[in-house]
Amino acid sequence: MLMTVVIVCAAYVLASLGSESRIPANIIPFLVAVIALFMGAHFAVRKLAPGADPILLPTVTLLNGLGYVVIAGLNEKLAAAQATWTAIGIVAFVFTLWWVKRPRDLERYRYTFAVVGLGLLLLPLVPGLGYDAGSGSTIWVKFGPISFQPGEVAKVALAIFFAAYLADQRELIATSQWKIGPLRLPHPKYLGPVLIAWGVTLLVMFYQKDLGSSLLFFALFLVMIWVATQRTSFLVIGGGLFAAGALFAWRTLDHVKVRVDIWINPWKTPSGDGYQIIQGMFAMGFGGLTGTGLGRGGETRIPAAENDFIFAVIAEELGLVGGALIIMAYLLVIGSGLRIAAATDQVFDKLLATGFTLLLGLQAFIIVAGVLRLLPLTGVALPFISYGGSSLVMNYVILALLLRISDQTSKRSMNRAVAEVAA
Amino acid sequence: MNRNIMKLGIVLVVLYVALFAKLNWIQVVDKESLDNNPINTAKVRRDFNRPRGSILTADGAVIAQSIANPNTDSEFKRMRVYPEGELFGQSTGYFSFRYGSSGIEKQYNDELSGSTFDQQVKSFGDLFVDRENVGNVSVSLRKDVQRTAQQQLGDREGSVVALDPRTGAVLGAWSWPSYDPNTVSSLDKAIAETSWRTLNAAPGVPMRPHFYQDRYFPGSTFKIVTAGVGLQTGKVTNTEPSYPFTNGYTAEGTDKPIMNFGGATCGGTLPEILRVSCNSSFAEMGAETIGPVDMVAGAGSFGFNSSVPFDMPEPAKSVFPTNVGNNQPKLAMSSIGQNDVQATPLQMAMVAGAVANGGIIMKPHVLSEVRNVQGEVISTYSPSKWLTPMSPFAASTLLDDMVGVVSSGTAAGMAIQGCQVGGKTGTAQLGTEPPRSHTWIIGFAGPPGKPPTVAVAVVVLNQSGGSESTGGRVAAPIAKAVLQTALAAQGGC
Repeated sequence: MLMTVVIVCAAYVLASLGSESRIPANIIPFLVAVIALFMGAHFAVRKLAPGADPILLPTVTLLNGLGYVVIAGLNEKLAAAQATWTAIGIVAFVFTLWWVKRPRDLERYRYTFAVVGLGLLLLPLVPGLGYDAGSGSTIWVKFGPISFQPGEVAKVALAIFFAAYLADQRELIATSQWKIGPLRLPHPKYLGPVLIAWGVTLLVMFYQKDLGSSLLFFALFLVMIWVATQRTSFLVIGGGLFAAGALFAWRTLDHVKVRVDIWINPWKTPSGDGYQIIQGMFAMGFGGLTGTGLGRGGETRIPAAENDFIFAVIAEELGLVGGALIIMAYLLVIGSGLRIAAATDQVFDKLLATGFTLLLGLQAFIIVAGVLRLLPLTGVALPFISYGGSSLVMNYVILALLLRISDQTSKRSMNRAVAEVAA
Repeated sequence: MNRNIMKLGIVLVVLYVALFAKLNWIQVVDKESLDNNPINTAKVRRDFNRPRGSILTADGAVIAQSIANPNTDSEFKRMRVYPEGELFGQSTGYFSFRYGSSGIEKQYNDELSGSTFDQQVKSFGDLFVDRENVGNVSVSLRKDVQRTAQQQLGDREGSVVALDPRTGAVLGAWSWPSYDPNTVSSLDKAIAETSWRTLNAAPGVPMRPHFYQDRYFPGSTFKIVTAGVGLQTGKVTNTEPSYPFTNGYTAEGTDKPIMNFGGATCGGTLPEILRVSCNSSFAEMGAETIGPVDMVAGAGSFGFNSSVPFDMPEPAKSVFPTNVGNNQPKLAMSSIGQNDVQATPLQMAMVAGAVANGGIIMKPHVLSEVRNVQGEVISTYSPSKWLTPMSPFAASTLLDDMVGVVSSGTAAGMAIQGCQVGGKTGTAQLGTEPPRSHTWIIGFAGPPGKPPTVAVAVVVLNQSGGSESTGGRVAAPIAKAVLQTALAAQGGC
């Protein structure tokens, strides 16, 4: 933990040297703030969830810190905002740890979460509330001076709902049969929720034009139902439905078609639609093996460099080494998350941990793959790294819940061990 | 359920491995083609937005500097300007975000941008001080010398090189046609592209620094090399041999004689034949007195056929033919600077410099020192020897002979009151109908009785006329004026 704090501080100094050839004047307050924040989070975990996984928080600290450093190199104003959001995120993290003593407590409010989640997801569609912040996606909501991305909150709420719903119904869903000829499908009654999820996904895709999020929601639901019921047919049916939806979207929606076109060949419109992705590739190529150095990215030319394309900036400034580090860090998060899921014997906890891990891991994959032109580009935030308050705060909530589940598991096994010894 | 969780884990790992593979592809395999993509301006953009030091002449003129871009909406925070325009265009080179860089801008890019090892380490030492680590590059070029050369050459094509033979420091390097690097370096795409196209299509290749990248027939100025080789090998002295008085020399294996200018009759010992630039005598000296082996080796010892250790990008090699072993006519022609002999003006200035500097050619250079923004010297150029074509004795003999060429020979036009001046003219004939030639002069000047302090080479291209006096008439006044300006800067003779 200390190591990561030291790394982040050193990176900040280097970045500032790189961009302005000077040590940042505010280094002392920065040091104090970084140490206080992350060490605060660390001690909160030690105190509130002593048995929790020891890898997650330091890894996330590294991602968050590195993201901050890169953002600071791009735009100082954004960096200040990001620092505030980090602080809020850590407060939310500690609060969640403190407030949710047992994850199962959440299970009771499943329908509340469902309604809140769906409501938030569809909120940007309410006329007058939702707006497009310039990215082409209507995923923002504005209440007076405060604007946020309700989708980020919805993700967490829906993951909780899915986990609770599936923990209850999984036996029924798993054993139900609906034979059509040689096919053994789940009973239509239980296919209902799949269809609803699909419908919502399409709605998000069509009306909010947020491809990344719609993919994320759908994958979240499918994978959770697959893990819960162990029936591969859900994956097949769901995948088929999604493919059909995507194909239809590609055929009928201009913005989807553009995304696919620039994915297949961005060089046709190097200063138009393909500009962002080409500049991103130039930046990464320029970074090469070891990068140009922190704060020395040619940044300004990549649109959304601090957000969707922050991975390109990192890969430019830190090179392949830095890019690989980020990829490794996410794999570490995924590994820890899935280990937590596998370790717990509570079905709800298991599903929730799986869902959360998938949210983080898949979201990171979707955006990095988009930047690398492995998949069509869909604008989602890179968890913990990208600039953006809603996403950062909610990711910290996810982290807190994962740690809580982990702590619960180790506490239970400790109790069992004690009980066995006593017996 | 755990089995599915494990499967999920495996799928995610596979996805991430794919990311890693693609990242490798972009950053390693595809790097070069991405970097070289014509629409990729990553590199220059980086350099353009970083601070960059100035380039200053020895007499304090700023010839390149970065200023804040007056257009604050521009993506570039700084712009590069060249206050002296075309006067130093070929020396500074350009620094363009479209076309890269050239000249000193290219050669000393690391120093200017503050990325040399020394500068980086120094700035690490200054870790807690607020400062830029760029370097200001001082060069040995002088604005006054440059200006004199520019005025003297006028609109004639040619080059003027003046250097300090004791150190190899280039004091002036003017070539015409030159160009103004401000337009090529413009941040305005249209201006930069138009001027780039225009300059590349312009006659005389204005963007090429002719004084060290273009080669010409050195003509009779090459006789200094022949004489130097003769003296150094001991085969020639001021008294021996005495060449026959004749109007032409016919080598073995040909019946075509090498004629003296205007069919004149000349001959005698070295001082005499040098004074009048006697073709027949020098042809015989190279072809018979010295011979092919020593002639080729000797020309090499003066820097011909070698890469020049000049601190500017891509200096041209001067050439002396090496296939003269069984070809006496060719060797005879080459010994008077015709046939396949080719020399840059810089090379010929170094030949004069070798005579002036006791037989030693110093490495030619433009760098004097690099200072940081506080004015502290970060690095200083320390002169070093390049070649030693002659012994001090051979050099001092030849020096006296060259002084004779000025006091009572073809280079009389170079004489400067109160100074010791030596020289040699040259007229490399290009054709006879009508007679046209490159006219040359090389020489040196300094206080009487002391080692000369300035060496010079002047070539004026494509002049009408083809007699030996052409070189003296056209090039000598230019050389004289440049020598005077350079000497004045050193405190006179």
